[in-house]
Amino acid sequence: MFRFLVRRILGAVVILLIISAITFLLFYVAPRDPARLACGKTCTPQTLALVRRNLGIADPLPVQYWHWLQALFTGRDYASFGRCPAPCLGYSFHYHEPVLGLILNRFPTTLSLALGSAVVFVLFGVGAGMLAAVKQGRTVDKVASSASLIGSSLQIYIVGLVAMYYLVDQWHILSRPQDIPLTQDPMGWFKGLLLPWFILALIFTANYTRMTRSQLVEALSEDYVRTARAKGLSRRAVFFRFAWRGAMGPLLTIFGLDLGGLFGGAIITEATFGLHGIGALSVDAVNNNDLPMLLGVTLVAAGAIVVLNIVVDALYAFIDPRVRLA
Amino acid sequence: MSSTTPPAPAASPAPAGAHSAAPAGTPLLEVSGLTKHFPVMGGFPIRRRIGAVQAVDGLDFSVAAGESLGLVGESGCGKSTTGRLITRLLEPTGGRITYRGQDITHASRRQLAPVRSEIQMIFQDPYASLNPRQTVGRIVSGPMEINGIGPPGGRERRVRELLETVGLNPEHYNRFPHEFSGGQRQRIGVARALALEPKLIVADEPVSALDVSIQAQVVNLLQEVQRNLGIAFVFIAHDLAVVRHFSQRVAVMYLGRIVEVADRDQLYGNPRHPYTRALLSAVPEVAADDAAPPRERIRLAGDVPSPLNPPSGCRFRTRCWKATERCGSESPPLVRAEGSGEGHLSACHYPEDVAALTESKGSRGTKGVTGSVDLEISKEP
Amino acid sequence: MSDPMSSTPGGPFLSVRDLRVHFSTEDGIVKAVDGLSFDLGHGRTLGIVGESGSGKSVTNMALLGLHDSRNTTIDGEALLDGQDLLTAPQRELERLRGNKMSMIFQDALASLSPYHTVGRQIGETYRKHTGASRKEARDRAVEMLAKVGIPQPELRVDDYPHQFSGGMRQRVMIAMALVCDPALLIADEPTTALDVTVQAQIMDLLKDLQQETGTSIIFITHDLGVIADIADDVLVMYGGRCVERGTKQEVLRAPQHPYTWGLLGSMPSLDHPVDVPLSPIPGAPPSLLNPPTGCRFHPRCAFIEQVGDGLCADAQPPLEVMDGRGAACHLGPAQRVEFFADFAGIQPN
Repeated sequence: MFRFLVRRILGAVVILLIISAITFLLFYVAPRDPARLACGKTCTPQTLALVRRNLGIADPLPVQYWHWLQALFTGRDYASFGRCPAPCLGYSFHYHEPVLGLILNRFPTTLSLALGSAVVFVLFGVGAGMLAAVKQGRTVDKVASSASLIGSSLQIYIVGLVAMYYLVDQWHILSRPQDIPLTQDPMGWFKGLLLPWFILALIFTANYTRMTRSQLVEALSEDYVRTARAKGLSRRAVFFRFAWRGAMGPLLTIFGLDLGGLFGGAIITEATFGLHGIGALSVDAVNNNDLPMLLGVTLVAAGAIVVLNIVVDALYAFIDPRVRLA
Repeated sequence: MSSTTPPAPAASPAPAGAHSAAPAGTPLLEVSGLTKHFPVMGGFPIRRRIGAVQAVDGLDFSVAAGESLGLVGESGCGKSTTGRLITRLLEPTGGRITYRGQDITHASRRQLAPVRSEIQMIFQDPYASLNPRQTVGRIVSGPMEINGIGPPGGRERRVRELLETVGLNPEHYNRFPHEFSGGQRQRIGVARALALEPKLIVADEPVSALDVSIQAQVVNLLQEVQRNLGIAFVFIAHDLAVVRHFSQRVAVMYLGRIVEVADRDQLYGNPRHPYTRALLSAVPEVAADDAAPPRERIRLAGDVPSPLNPPSGCRFRTRCWKATERCGSESPPLVRAEGSGEGHLSACHYPEDVAALTESKGSRGTKGVTGSVDLEISKEP
Repeated sequence: MSDPMSSTPGGPFLSVRDLRVHFSTEDGIVKAVDGLSFDLGHGRTLGIVGESGSGKSVTNMALLGLHDSRNTTIDGEALLDGQDLLTAPQRELERLRGNKMSMIFQDALASLSPYHTVGRQIGETYRKHTGASRKEARDRAVEMLAKVGIPQPELRVDDYPHQFSGGMRQRVMIAMALVCDPALLIADEPTTALDVTVQAQIMDLLKDLQQETGTSIIFITHDLGVIADIADDVLVMYGGRCVERGTKQEVLRAPQHPYTWGLLGSMPSLDHPVDVPLSPIPGAPPSLLNPPTGCRFHPRCAFIEQVGDGLCADAQPPLEVMDGRGAACHLGPAQRVEFFADFAGIQPN
């Protein structure tokens, strides 16, 4: 187990390095002047020259990348702009601030949104899937299956706005979406995010209902489930101890693969509800020609996904001894 | 098939090297020191090659034209790997495979092309080995198309002939595999293998997935094919009775090595390797009559060891009741043991007695084997 | 060998009468088992032989109530010690399963949960039926592992199934099935996936355990050789019906049904003359969706001429059982002896 984790973490570091190199390359070999892109909207010739010098545009690309990597560990001075302390992901010439701090300010909102909605869709999706699997072919199964089909064809920005109009503005059932830090006011945090959670969870819930159902139906037909019945265990015990255990692994794998989509969805949801997460930050960065910020956001998002994937893998190993002991 | 070779003769089952284009006396297929090791990855923190599964480890055997060689052994003995090596579906790690005098051990695809049409394979699973979206006609004519062969009268006529040869209705030319039963599907597989008039067919457990009554149909079909068309077979199976029925010569494999090879009567009537003897005694049999003396029962303890880390010396020694220190240090060569007949080779330092076993068929095993913890010999009540 | 009936004062221990198991599918009704009757005495082993689709596994799944109740209809009677299994409520069956009657399956790797240690899986059955504590269940699991010949049971008890070899896994299955000392053990092709040397070990183990515990065994297989080794009585199934039954000696030495002859003729043996081709049964097993009329074997049978009058296609031959011996065939008793002698190439004595 320990070896497994260490190996996965080493692998993750390699993946992050590759992602950073590719992103770096993509931004810096773009046909437009990277310094111009990094300089921001309000860019005077003087600042542009400064930016160019500070970014080391004159150096060959690998050297630039190396400096950028070094900055992660040692920090970097941006002369008259200021110092970017380690770990330095880059310096935003638009905000005159290191990007990492800005991102970390916004990150909790996105993370709250993504993970909170994950809790929602896992609870509802998996629950509905279980019900459908138990009542195979009955009405409950058919309703769950068709509902999930409709759900998966919905779009966040449309449903989100419609839901907000009715649930918040018209009927006052839910409070208006807003991002209050969890540490500041847990209740406010919960209330503010409740609608976005459900809206973002909507598309995923549908998928998880379908997948949970099919995984469970498959697990229920496994030989070891038959054996468990032959041992005299009750249907309930067989379902939870054996079939559910068998379905959990594949579901977890799918969850790991969905994390990327989840963050993507969170960004759309933020935009829909006007929340200030890293989605809004990156939209601003594009509008403001803030290249270092975009690079930083990409990396932080990638890092979050990689880390969560390690957690998922560790959980998988915990569930399935064949993986753990292999 | 190339025009230089005459149509396969309707030969008697006698091995007929004379029909081969290679100089007389050269076997159709010769294998020496054949080895296949599959790498095993592992290690920490960076995965790397940490060992090898020694699936096949130094095989020597040959197949004469028109002859059927049986390969028997338990799971993990490397018999299927051997089949894939000689058809070159797998790349050998070491050793040499010679087909009609031509070294094909590491031959390229291009070099192999003419050989591939002469060596065909029949697989175990009649369900998985036929493309469900192709008609029987396409499946059987596939090899001809790939090799650009246009037989006189056209491919379709040839396919219909082949279907008839394997006992299927030629009218079923346009049907799909799912319309056939398991036994019929295996017949389609046989027809496909025959399409290029091969000289050698490697049959990997061709009947083990079939029902008993169907098994016999397919065994009989293969036997007709072998006798009437003079095709050599490498017949891979775990069922000793089926192999005995089908193969003139039999090689017994254990953990990647041949432990004994002999003609059928010698091997089954006078096994010299303890493993062969144990294997034969474990076959459950409907005895022909109650008057027959009870069969010897040797019970091997435990399972076959892992090919990842096989025992030193003789690989069978961990389950053998005769094993001594010598067996652990010295790997027994595959040789003709004293008292063995022509061509009867066994790899054991302490070959089994000849006399006790050859008196008559019924009296196999009347002499007990002594002094062993792992072995229990008992007679059926 | 004594008569199985007379050795048990209370009659047979398991008595199945006119069992019918029908599945409804999209294509119609599959008559997987269609009127099957048999008895099993205390401590006896009944071998059920048949090819795929003969209904041999379905029969036993139905006895244990393990069929899918949504599309299966079951009729008949199956008395286990006087209690009808087919009408028993699910809760009662749960109490019996793994306790009084248990089952082992062909593929031990797939049939054992990959997520639990073997100790837990064995102990679970024990706890369910005896209410033992975790500690007691674990001790019992170790004891059972030792009993089925697994070395170092106190260490292996915490291992997972994938850490065992094929033969050892089947031993674990057996330990699990026998943990509550069942009176009936149903073994569904338990050695089919195993190598012959391991198969021999497992069959010896089953025989030894039966000697020790007196468990009655139903042993399902397609291999007559295995039957010859382990069974006392034999039931031959074809197309969802019993075509022949009797003691092992009767069925294997003097079979009365052409299908049984065909099975024997299909099997190469180590004594079979090598130059004589096998005598297979022509054709393929019947579809149970649309089974042949009359005798289900008649489309593949070589003796319908001898019966004549199209009787085989018209009428289902009754299975008349005398002292546990019988065959469902229109051939008369004398014809059966004569034709089998012809078939086997032996002189009737």
